[in-house]
Amino acid sequence: MLRWLLGGRDVQEPVEKSLILCLGDDQPQNPYTELQVLKGHNDIVRFMVWIDDTRFASAGDDGVVLLWNVQTGERLHELRGHSRPITGIALIPLTYHSQSESCRLLTAASDRTVMIWDLDTGSQIHLLADFQSSVKCLKVIERLDVWLSGADKICVWNNRAELLCKTTCFKDADVSLMIELPKNNIAAVIRKELNNTFATGSHVGELIIWDALDWSVKGFESHFWNVTSQSDKPAEIKISRTPYQHEACIHHLTADRENIFAAIGTGIYVYNLQTKTVIAYQQVAHDSRVLHIAKLPNRQLVSCSVDGSVRLWELQELPPAEPATSGIFSMWGIGKPNKQQTQMAKRKLDCSVLKTLELTGDLIGHSGAVQMFLHSKDHGIVTCSTDHLIILWKDGEKESQLRSKALFHKLEQDDV
Amino acid sequence: MITAPDVVALARQEDGEGERGEEDERPAPPFHFQPHNPWAGAAAATATLLKDFILISEFSEQVGPQPLLTIPDHARGNFDLNYFSLRIMSVDYQASFVGHPPGTSYPKLNFVEDSKVVLGDSKEGAFAYVHHLTLYDLEARGFVRPFCVAYISTDENKIMQQFQELSDDFSRASECLKTGNRKAFANELENKLQDLEYTRNVLHNETEIQKKSNDKGYYSSVAIEKANELANVEKCIIEHQDLLMQIRNYSYKKTRDAGYFTHEPDNGTEHPDSGLEEMQNRDESSEKNSLSDGRSYIPKFTKTKSAKCFEKKLKTLEELCDSYFFNQTLEQLRQVEKFFRGDVCYLLTSQIEKVLLQQQRTTYFLFEDSLLFTDEEPAEKEQHCEKPLPGFNLITVKALDHPCLSTEAASCDSYKSCVESVPIKLDPQISVDSYCGSMSDSVPFKSLFGTSDYLELEGKEKGSISSGESIEVLRTEKSSSTPISSKSDNQTDSQSQHLHVVRRKFVGTRRANSEDSIEVLSTTESLIPEDLKAAYPNAIHEEEAPLENETIGLSTDLMEPDANLNHTNGFSNTNFETGTINFSALSEPVDPSCCIGKESPNFNKSVPTFVTEEYRDGVVNVPPQRSKTISHLFHSDYPQQEGGGGSDNAADQVFSPCEKEYSDLPGAGEMARLPVDEYLDNMSYISASLYSDRTPSPALPTSPSKRLSERRKKHSGKNSLWFIRQYSFAQQAIFSLLSGRTLVVVGEHEGKVKKLVNALSIFVPSHGRGADSVKQWVTLPLHVDDLQTWKLIGLQRIASPLGTSMLHSLNRYSRYVTILDCDNKTLHCPQYKGQLITRMADHRTQIKRGSTYYMHVHSMLTQLSSQAFLYTFCHHLHLPIDERESEDSVTCRRVNFLKHHLGLVNDDSKIVQYFAELIKMHYLHEPPKGLNPLLRFHYDPSVVFKI
Repeated sequence: MLRWLLGGRDVQEPVEKSLILCLGDDQPQNPYTELQVLKGHNDIVRFMVWIDDTRFASAGDDGVVLLWNVQTGERLHELRGHSRPITGIALIPLTYHSQSESCRLLTAASDRTVMIWDLDTGSQIHLLADFQSSVKCLKVIERLDVWLSGADKICVWNNRAELLCKTTCFKDADVSLMIELPKNNIAAVIRKELNNTFATGSHVGELIIWDALDWSVKGFESHFWNVTSQSDKPAEIKISRTPYQHEACIHHLTADRENIFAAIGTGIYVYNLQTKTVIAYQQVAHDSRVLHIAKLPNRQLVSCSVDGSVRLWELQELPPAEPATSGIFSMWGIGKPNKQQTQMAKRKLDCSVLKTLELTGDLIGHSGAVQMFLHSKDHGIVTCSTDHLIILWKDGEKESQLRSKALFHKLEQDDV
Repeated sequence: MITAPDVVALARQEDGEGERGEEDERPAPPFHFQPHNPWAGAAAATATLLKDFILISEFSEQVGPQPLLTIPDHARGNFDLNYFSLRIMSVDYQASFVGHPPGTSYPKLNFVEDSKVVLGDSKEGAFAYVHHLTLYDLEARGFVRPFCVAYISTDENKIMQQFQELSDDFSRASECLKTGNRKAFANELENKLQDLEYTRNVLHNETEIQKKSNDKGYYSSVAIEKANELANVEKCIIEHQDLLMQIRNYSYKKTRDAGYFTHEPDNGTEHPDSGLEEMQNRDESSEKNSLSDGRSYIPKFTKTKSAKCFEKKLKTLEELCDSYFFNQTLEQLRQVEKFFRGDVCYLLTSQIEKVLLQQQRTTYFLFEDSLLFTDEEPAEKEQHCEKPLPGFNLITVKALDHPCLSTEAASCDSYKSCVESVPIKLDPQISVDSYCGSMSDSVPFKSLFGTSDYLELEGKEKGSISSGESIEVLRTEKSSSTPISSKSDNQTDSQSQHLHVVRRKFVGTRRANSEDSIEVLSTTESLIPEDLKAAYPNAIHEEEAPLENETIGLSTDLMEPDANLNHTNGFSNTNFETGTINFSALSEPVDPSCCIGKESPNFNKSVPTFVTEEYRDGVVNVPPQRSKTISHLFHSDYPQQEGGGGSDNAADQVFSPCEKEYSDLPGAGEMARLPVDEYLDNMSYISASLYSDRTPSPALPTSPSKRLSERRKKHSGKNSLWFIRQYSFAQQAIFSLLSGRTLVVVGEHEGKVKKLVNALSIFVPSHGRGADSVKQWVTLPLHVDDLQTWKLIGLQRIASPLGTSMLHSLNRYSRYVTILDCDNKTLHCPQYKGQLITRMADHRTQIKRGSTYYMHVHSMLTQLSSQAFLYTFCHHLHLPIDERESEDSVTCRRVNFLKHHLGLVNDDSKIVQYFAELIKMHYLHEPPKGLNPLLRFHYDPSVVFKI
C-alpha cells in the first residue's frame, strides 16, 4: 500500500506505455504554473464558450449557464432556465449588422428547448420550445447572420429566432455535430456542412447510413447555397468516421488551414489536407478516450481526456523521409487504418509520418474526465470536467508580470 | 516580529518566582546578575504591594476619603487602601465647586474636566496614576461627589511611560461613568421636580384653605409660614429646572461633540458581549424607563429643607450612575488592568513591535497574527501605538540618572507632614496648573522667548517644591479638551520649538533625589508623548542614517521603502522631515544621557569596533532600558567572549537580525552560527527567568486571544525544535512550505500528525485573507481546491477503500504537494538547494527553548518578508526603464537583484518570489473576496527522503 509513496508516479503508469508518455514532474516547457479552481456547477460541466477577451460561459448537466471573468475568476452571471442538462451552446457574436448591442448566447437542452440570452444583463430573450427532440448541436454562421440547430432535423434560424427553413426528419438518427471546414484546395473559403451522425444502438453498417444521410443533407445544402447565391460548387473532402469500435470512434476533430486534427480513441491524429495523409499521430496519447483537441497558435496541440488530464503536444518536424506510400491514403484515409490498425500503424510509422507529436507537458488537476477546454493567448487554458469544476490554467510568469504592472498602476493611483 | 520580547524583556526576579512552575525546561540562570540589577532593591521595598491594581475611591462628605473598590477584587495584598486613598484623594486638582457663584442667584453646575496626576509614595513603594472626576448627586453637598480612579503600581517608570495610555483609557472609563451619572442625575432631578410640583400644589391648596378660613383680616403665623414655604418651593422648582436644563444641555453638547461621541461605540466594540446595539437598546429602554418612571413615579410631599447630610445615607457609586454604565466602566477598567498588567518592559516591547509592524503594513499579513491588526479605527490604533515610544526618552533619562528612584525610602514623619500640608498645598498648585495650561495653550511654542520664560518658571516651581515640602508635583497640567486642539496646531507650525521646549521642560522637572514622601510626578497630556509621537518613529530611521558606514550602504537603501511606507502611514512628508531634523538637532544639546545615540558608552567600550556597531546602537535605542543592562551585564561578565567575532555577531543577531545579514557576507556567518544560538539561548534563560511575569499577564489589547496565541507560539516553537532535530529532512519540508508548496502530513495517529502540523505551522505564510491555511486533520480525500486553500494539511491514513482513494488522490496531485509520511518517516518533495533554510533550521542548533526558536524563525521570516517587499516594490525590477528595453533585460535585472543584492542563491530566491507574489495579491486584493487563492507551483521533480 505504501508503494505509491516510495515509487512515485512510476508505479501508477502502466508498464506497456511508450516511453514518450512517461512525462515526469520536470516540465520546463510547460508554462502553466498557476491554477485557479472555479466552483459553481453542481453537475458535469460539458460546454464552454468564449464570449470576449475576458469572459466565458460554461454549461453542463445541471442546466445552468454560468458566466465567468477569466482574469479574476469571478462569477458574473448565472443563467437559469433550463430544467434538464444542456446539450449545446453557441455564441452569436456581436456583428455590425445585428440589432442588439450585446452578445447573445444560444443554449439547447434536453428539455427540448433552445434559449437565447442577453449576456450583458444575463436575461433571457427568446425561448424556442417547438422541437420534437432535443437539440444536440447549434451552429452559428456569422457571415450569413443565421444559426442552425441540429436535432432530428436541421433548422435554420435567423437572428430574430424566426425559422427560415428546415430539413426533413432523419429516421433513427440525430444530428450530433456540425462543423465548418475550410477548403484549402480551392482559393475561396467556402463552408461545408458535415454531419456526423450516429445510428442509435447499432455499430454496423454505419457507412451506408452515413452515405444516405449525407445525401439527404446534401439536398438541403444545395438549396442553402442557392439561397445565399454561392456559385462555386464545392469540391468536397469527405472524411467519414466509422465508430464501429469504442476505442476507435472519433470524439472530436478540428481543423486549421492545413491540417485536420482528430481525436480518435485514445490517440490523436494529424491529417494534412494538401497531401491527404496522416502526417503525425500518437496512438496512445492518453490513458483513456480523448475528448477534445485543439491547436494552439504556437504549433502546440492540446488534448484532454477521460483520464482527467490535459496534455500539451508539440508538432515537431522529423528528418525528411521518403513520402513513397502517401498515395495509399485516400481521402478516407483515417478510416482505413482503423480497420487494420496494427499493420497500418506500423506502415505509417515506417514511411508516411513526417512529423512527430512530442509531449511537452500535462496539466493535472481534475479528478474526473476533462470534457473540453478553451484556450486564449492571454489567459491560458480553461478546462471543464465531470468533477463539476472549471480550472483556469495560467502562465505563472506572465501573471506575475501582470500583477506587478497592476501593482505599480495602483501605487500611482494611490499617490494621486 | 521585530523585537523579541524574551530577549529584551526583563521583569523582577521576585515576580518570576511565583510562576516558575509553569515553565517547562529551565535550568538555573547561568548568570548571577541579581546584585547588578537595580530593581532588585526596589522590589524589597514593595513587599506590601505585589501586583498592580486599580482603586476607586471617594472623598465622602461624611467620612472623608474612603476606598470603594479595587480591580481585581483581592489583588492588593496587605496594602493599606484607606491610607492610600486618603492620600490620593487629598491631592485633587479639579477646581470643582458647585454652588452659587458670585453674581448669580441660582446654583450652577460646574462641568469640570477630569484631572490627571501621578503620585509617588516612596514609603509604600507605590506609584499611582490618579484620575479625579466629579459625579453629581442631588443630595450631596454642592451636588457633587468627588471620586478618583487610580492605577497603582510599584513601578514608577511604568506609570510615567504609559501616562498617555493610562490617561486615555481612564478618560474613556471616566467618560462612561459620567455619562451614566448625568443620566441618573437628570432622572433624579425630574423626580425631584415632580415632588416639588406636588408639594407646591399641596401647599397651595392649604394656603387657599387658610385664606378662605381666614376672616380676621390678618394672616396667622401658620399662614405666613405656609406662604414662605410655598415661596421656597417655588424657588426650589426654578432652581431645579435650571439644573435640569444645564445637565441636559451639557449632555447634548457632549453627544454632539464628535470627539466624545466616538467613545460610545468604543464601549460597544470593546465588549463584544454587550455590543453597541445592546447599548443603544439599553439607552432606549432606559429612556423609556425614565419616561415611564416619570409617569409612574408617585410624587410625594417633600420638605424644602433637606435633611442634614450626616443623617442620610449617601448613594452608592452604582446608584449614582446608571448600573449599566457602571458595569461598563468596571469592564473597561478590568480591560485596562489586564492591559497594563505585567512588567513595563513587556508592555513597551510589544508596543514597539506593534509600531514597527505598523510600518510593515504591506507585509505583516504573511506571518503576523492577524488579530493584532484589525483594520477598525486605524487612526486610533496608530496613536496608541506611537505613544509608548516617547516613553523611552523618559526611561532613559530616569533610569540612567536615578535608577533607584523608586526605592527611595522616606521617613514616616515626613509622610505625615505631607498629609497635614495638603490643604495648604492645594492653592498654589492650582495656580501652577492654570499657568501650565495656558502655557501649553499657546505661549511657549510660539517663540523662543516664551520658552525661556517658561523654563524660568519651571525653575521656580521646582525650587518651591524641593524646599522640603512633602508633596512634589513633577508634572501637572490642567487637562481640558481645548488645549489639545490648540496644541495640535502648534505641533504642525512650530514643531521644533515645541519639541525643544518639551524636552527641556522635562529635563527641568526631572528630580535627582527627594526625601519627600508623595511626589506628583506627572500630570498632563501635553507633554512629550503627544509631541514626539509624530517624530519619533521616523527618528529611528533617520538617526541611523548619519551613523551608517559605507559598507552598509545597501541597508540605507533598504530603509527607504520603509520610510516611504511611513509616508503612507499617515505622516506627511513635511512632518517627517521636520520631525526628524528637530529630533536629531535636539538630542545634541540636552543631557547626553538622554540622547539615545550616545548612551551607554560602556557598552560600546567593551565591544571591539565592528561594522554594524552603529546598527546595534540604533536598535538598542528602541528596546527599553533593561535590555541594555542585560547586554551590558553579559559583556562585563563574560569578557572572554568579546574577543571572538562570535559574540559580536551574536549581539547583532539579537538586536538587529535583519540588518546584520546585509553587512554579512553570505555564508560568512556560518562559523558564528553556534555562538549565536548559544547566545540566544542564554538570553532567553535570563529573560525567561525575569520576565515570566508576562506569562500570566500578557500586556496586549486583545488579551484572551493573544494569550492563547502566545502559548501556541511557544508550543509550536518547541515542536519545531523537536522536528528539526528529529527529522534530517526538515529543511526540505520547510522549503516546501516557504515556497508555497502544500505540505501534507500523512499518518495513522492523529496526535502524531497534529504534532507535526503544529511544528511546521510557524513556517506557513498566510494569504492574509482571514482564512486559515493550516488544516490540522483531514479524513477525506483531497481535492485540487483544497490545495489552494490549505498550505499545510494533516491527513489520516486508513486501511480502507476510502483510505486508498485518499492516497490515490494524493498521488495524483503529487506534483503540487510535499508528502511527509510520519509513519515511515519519509518525505516526498523536490530537492532544496540553498542556504537560507540551513540557517533557519539547523538540526544541531543550540537553542533550547521553544519560544526562543520561534523568535529566531520569526526574525528570519520577517527579514525574508522585507526582502520580498523590496523585491515587489522596486519599480525597475518589474517594468522596463524605457520603452526600448526588452523583457529579457528586465528579467535579467530581476535575477541579478535577487542574487547579488539580496544574496539569495538558487532556491532561496523562490521563497522571496513566492512571498512577493503573495504581497502583490494581497495588495491588489486579488482574487476577489470569496474566491480561493491561486495555486502556484513549479514543475520540479520530486525526490524521496528518508531519515
